[in-house]
Amino acid sequence: MREDDERAGPAEPETGHSRTSAGPAAAELGQAAAPGPTARRLIFRRRSRLESRWRDRTPLAIVLVVCAAALLVTMTLGVGIGSVPLSPVAVWHVVAGGLAGHPENTVAGIIVWQIRLPRVLLAAVVGAALTTAGAVVQVLVRNALADPFLLGVSSGASVGATAVLLLGVFASLGVWAISVGSILGAIAAMAAVFAVSRSGRGLAPTQLILCGVVLSALFESVTSFLIFRGNPQATQSVLFWLLGSFGLASWNQLPIPALALAAAMVYLMAQGRALNALAMGVEPAASLGVDVRRLRRNLFLVTSLMAGVAVAVSGIIGFVGLVVPHIVRLMVGSDHRRVLPTGVLFGASFMVLGDLLARTIVAPQEMPIGVITAFIGAPTLIVLIRSRPYLYGATQ
Amino acid sequence: MSLRLDHLSVDLAGRRIVTGIALAVGDQEFAGLVGPNGSGKSTILKTIYRVHRPAAGRILLDGTDLLALRPRDAARRIAVVAQETTSEFDFTVREMVMIGRTPHKRSFDRDTAADRSIVDHAIERVGCEQLAQRRFNTLSGGEKQLVLIARALAQEADHLILDEPTNHLDIHNQVEILEIVAGLGVTVLAALHDLSLAALFCRTIHVLSAGQLVTAGPPGAVLTPETIRRAYGADVLVIEHPDTGTPHLIPRRVQPTTQDHPSGGTLARSPAQPDPPA
Repeated sequence: MREDDERAGPAEPETGHSRTSAGPAAAELGQAAAPGPTARRLIFRRRSRLESRWRDRTPLAIVLVVCAAALLVTMTLGVGIGSVPLSPVAVWHVVAGGLAGHPENTVAGIIVWQIRLPRVLLAAVVGAALTTAGAVVQVLVRNALADPFLLGVSSGASVGATAVLLLGVFASLGVWAISVGSILGAIAAMAAVFAVSRSGRGLAPTQLILCGVVLSALFESVTSFLIFRGNPQATQSVLFWLLGSFGLASWNQLPIPALALAAAMVYLMAQGRALNALAMGVEPAASLGVDVRRLRRNLFLVTSLMAGVAVAVSGIIGFVGLVVPHIVRLMVGSDHRRVLPTGVLFGASFMVLGDLLARTIVAPQEMPIGVITAFIGAPTLIVLIRSRPYLYGATQ
Repeated sequence: MSLRLDHLSVDLAGRRIVTGIALAVGDQEFAGLVGPNGSGKSTILKTIYRVHRPAAGRILLDGTDLLALRPRDAARRIAVVAQETTSEFDFTVREMVMIGRTPHKRSFDRDTAADRSIVDHAIERVGCEQLAQRRFNTLSGGEKQLVLIARALAQEADHLILDEPTNHLDIHNQVEILEIVAGLGVTVLAALHDLSLAALFCRTIHVLSAGQLVTAGPPGAVLTPETIRRAYGADVLVIEHPDTGTPHLIPRRVQPTTQDHPSGGTLARSPAQPDPPA
């Protein structure tokens, strides 16, 4: 696939048995001398069979560099675009000043440093967290259509946030009330699902899904009841929260989700091989030396934590945790040592872009970001399902 | 490199599934575990690879207690090929086989050239070189099973557990897979459904019924019509395989055959037929 493969090993005729990665055979060089559409395809095919071994996928470093570059671009756009447009140069000038410890006191400086940058960073962190949580939950329940909210976190958080908005619970906490309320709700839901789906042999995948779905329905009915009893004006703000938004982002909100994401990523990357084994199923993973019970319990806690923290700062943003992991697997395959780091960068870009659309499409009004992610996510997922039948069980 | 079950009993959901199993598989022996559906074959094998915990008894690997080992140390000694698994995840054949390296690697360890060479070698040993870059989910049942054997090989264990590895496979693939396994030079304990096939490959066969060991020994001594009737409640004829002299089982119909009426009519008549004497 790549030109520099010549140094991979000695030239070797095609035997079909050579185990070392062989360089281009003499016959191939002969064909290379007379390039043309047919000849080039021949060369490509023969190379992929002869050598290329271990070049099945694009090298991870290249993927990560491209995704990181894309993230920088989307973040620059996210900070630059708005009612007061700013050039990338102006954006980075302010950011550089801010990083050096003295943010500018100009209008541009305040817009970038106080308003847009924390918002873009929060969107990036939440996008990364939801993507990571989604990719892991899909392994945990061994179901490609699972998302991080499957296990009750979002519906539990809704109860908490709704109670804050409608009943004035935690009013003394001021701006933190919603976050605290939703995270307590998320923890309560997580504990309930965990307790109910635990059996003698740990958390069984199907039981976990069923308990998550059933308890989610229960929590949602509590939310509905609160909305039904609440006053119409407060109901409006509940609805807005339920659909997700980064409108209230501030620097204060960043550290907790960022730390949660970083800690989770360290743990998950350490478990990369174990996650691959678990993707084979619980029993195959056990036969591969994975302590399945402990791993699944930890994955449940880590993903719930990430999803819960994300919901606490931004409301319930659907579809990202479901769709983005699939897009990432389409790009890099299913090896979690590749999926997780790529997902962090790609999920962050996706969310930054989504938030940019949410606040510009109907400016000066702001669209709930859940609307945007569903609008992008649903068709994407349908295209994916249609284009990869073998991945979704359409073939046997 | 021997595996011994020492009076192993296993309970599932409060019920005793297997009771007091004592069997030994010698170095590089190909041993078969046979018995009717629900007789506890899979339960025994899953207890060996730590899905279930024994209620009593021990599993000894070269004399040491298997359950005293850490899971990853145990997985370096015992590899498993179960029935064909489907995965919702999109792994290439090579990635699939690389997963076999899991018990040899620590957190954050990268795949080394040695790992790659082991994986390539495993793929070669099962003759799947041409599949190396394919997606696992696009393979046929027989190909998938070969790849899973390659994964077990990449695990570099000296014991191999097979749980009905040839189910759903055609006759060519059944023989090919068992032939490959027999040629590996590892200690094998295999649950098999096809008794004639088991006789062809196993040095020793352990017959299980209702969670207990009925008998064990070389195929010729064990697979007799009497044993089969006792374990399975089935009537069979046993003939000698012309090539190997191993027993070959021929099933018999429960209903009297219709040789007098070769043109049929069986379907219409058979429900009215009285049960044959036991």
